[in-house]
Amino acid sequence: MDIFQLSALELGKKIKSKEIGVVEATKAVLENIEKKEPEYHCYVTVCKKEALKQAEEVQKKIDSGEYQSPLAGVPAGVKDNMCTKGMQTSCSSRMLETFKPVYTATAVQKLQNVGAVILGKTNMDEFAMGSTSETSYFGITKNPWNTEHVPGGSSGGSAAAVAAKEAFYTLGSDTGGSIRQPASYCGITGLKPTYGTVSRYGLIAYASSLDQIGPMAKNVEDVTEIYKTIAGHDNKDSTSVNHPSPSFTLCEDMKGKKIGIPIEFFGEGIDADVKEAIYKAAKVYESLGAEVEEISMPTIKYAIPAYYIAACAEASSNLSRYDGIKYGHCAEKYDDLVDLYYQSRSEGFGSEVKKRILIGAFVLSSGYYDAYYNKALQVKALIKQSYDDAFGKYDFLLTPTAPTTAPKIGESFKDTLKMYLSDICTVSVNLAGLPGLVVPCGLDKTGLPIGLQLIGKAFNEETLLNAGFAFQKATDFHTVSPETIAK
Amino acid sequence: MKITDELLDYIGILARLHISDEEREKTKQEINKIVEYMDILNELDTTNIEAMSHAFPVRNVFREDIVQPSVNREDIILNAANKKEGCFKVPKAVE
Repeated sequence: MDIFQLSALELGKKIKSKEIGVVEATKAVLENIEKKEPEYHCYVTVCKKEALKQAEEVQKKIDSGEYQSPLAGVPAGVKDNMCTKGMQTSCSSRMLETFKPVYTATAVQKLQNVGAVILGKTNMDEFAMGSTSETSYFGITKNPWNTEHVPGGSSGGSAAAVAAKEAFYTLGSDTGGSIRQPASYCGITGLKPTYGTVSRYGLIAYASSLDQIGPMAKNVEDVTEIYKTIAGHDNKDSTSVNHPSPSFTLCEDMKGKKIGIPIEFFGEGIDADVKEAIYKAAKVYESLGAEVEEISMPTIKYAIPAYYIAACAEASSNLSRYDGIKYGHCAEKYDDLVDLYYQSRSEGFGSEVKKRILIGAFVLSSGYYDAYYNKALQVKALIKQSYDDAFGKYDFLLTPTAPTTAPKIGESFKDTLKMYLSDICTVSVNLAGLPGLVVPCGLDKTGLPIGLQLIGKAFNEETLLNAGFAFQKATDFHTVSPETIAK
Repeated sequence: MKITDELLDYIGILARLHISDEEREKTKQEINKIVEYMDILNELDTTNIEAMSHAFPVRNVFREDIVQPSVNREDIILNAANKKEGCFKVPKAVE
């Protein structure tokens, strides 16, 4: 049996029925990691010894009946911006190259509490700032579908690890599309939950009002189970919402569902193959009994500037904590205390991070605050209003995840503004705090995956996951992997 | 809006970041391009629109003031580059 054909839940089932041991499964993934990492570089850190030790302990607790979760014993990867006690957490930055957290992020802890085996920490754009995973201090990750292309970002390592079968599932984080866009580029399924649903405790902050942790896996069923496991109120995150933890069963019935397709998501720069794949996906929903209509949301085009203003502003504030003293990179040569700050920060941060901090400091500075930061927050209110209006009429929205498939390595940073503009399909969802699900919906003519984005009402992940589930019942795009194409 | 050398130096001070001579032109150019693009927000009339910092209303979140164990002192300074006698060590800041 090739265990890499199994989804996370299928593996969990075989572990439960003792067909496969946890150590055996963990060893198999670790071997695969060893084989494929030189080519793809999905991980910043692989914790081989610790993973095998965890696997042994998890097996014992499954045998004793302590671990009942369908995910118990399933090996997973975690994005390197989530704190893991004693395990290097670098945020793919020189700034945190040697940082070992003294506590574990709630989302990761929740997985460990049900018996997840953590394999290591996945590569990302430095401090999650980027759309390609090329800004990592530890080198770029390559797209397993075609190694000349990026895996997307910022959770590029998490997405590529699932596609390359270097993990059965991973956690990513999404501030402006960082789960959804790499999921789309790597042909996997990813969920950005509603803001406040998954605790941000232990997630190294980029833009706190937009950041959200979510699952990345092979299919909607896996993503649903992981989501249910990590969601829930946490006293340690004051923006965590106090809703009951999700408990629903997936249902594929799409009859009578009303779906909107906002035409503004298909603007300038949209690839013809991407557009065609999304409209074909809409046909699938129609064939399942849903009603699909095109709609217009004119404020969407303002989401990019509003997002970059808000995100950079928050980043400049959040990243002011890196002073070279408490933790993080400390310069060796400096004149005095203030110079220590300057030197440590200037050496520790990469150029994209510095640029966003500078933009953030500018939009928050006296004299420009009202024209930029405050204006962006007003536009954010308008964008949320346009989503509220759409959801008055529709159950969910269908859009592309990105205007194109994965760009070639080295292309995006030739024009940073153009790269920022490519986030057009994802950032408005973060501004409005909404959930977004991405499922594979085809390949372009060069064989790179295209992702369908479903956007739902706040706190209504169930509707989205049901819709994704129905799509995957009706199609087999999610079962195609880089290897099946190679054959 | 145009980011001049003076303004770039000023925001560098706010952000405690040195902008080296090699980085300067490229940084200035890129930031200018992005800020110029941000100006399209001026097309939108936002008179009387309340600025929204959080997508959902977040009020003050309180908890009972109960003493709970926190992180150990040794753990807190574990990641510091310079420490002395259980404290962070910093360059002299006051004469």
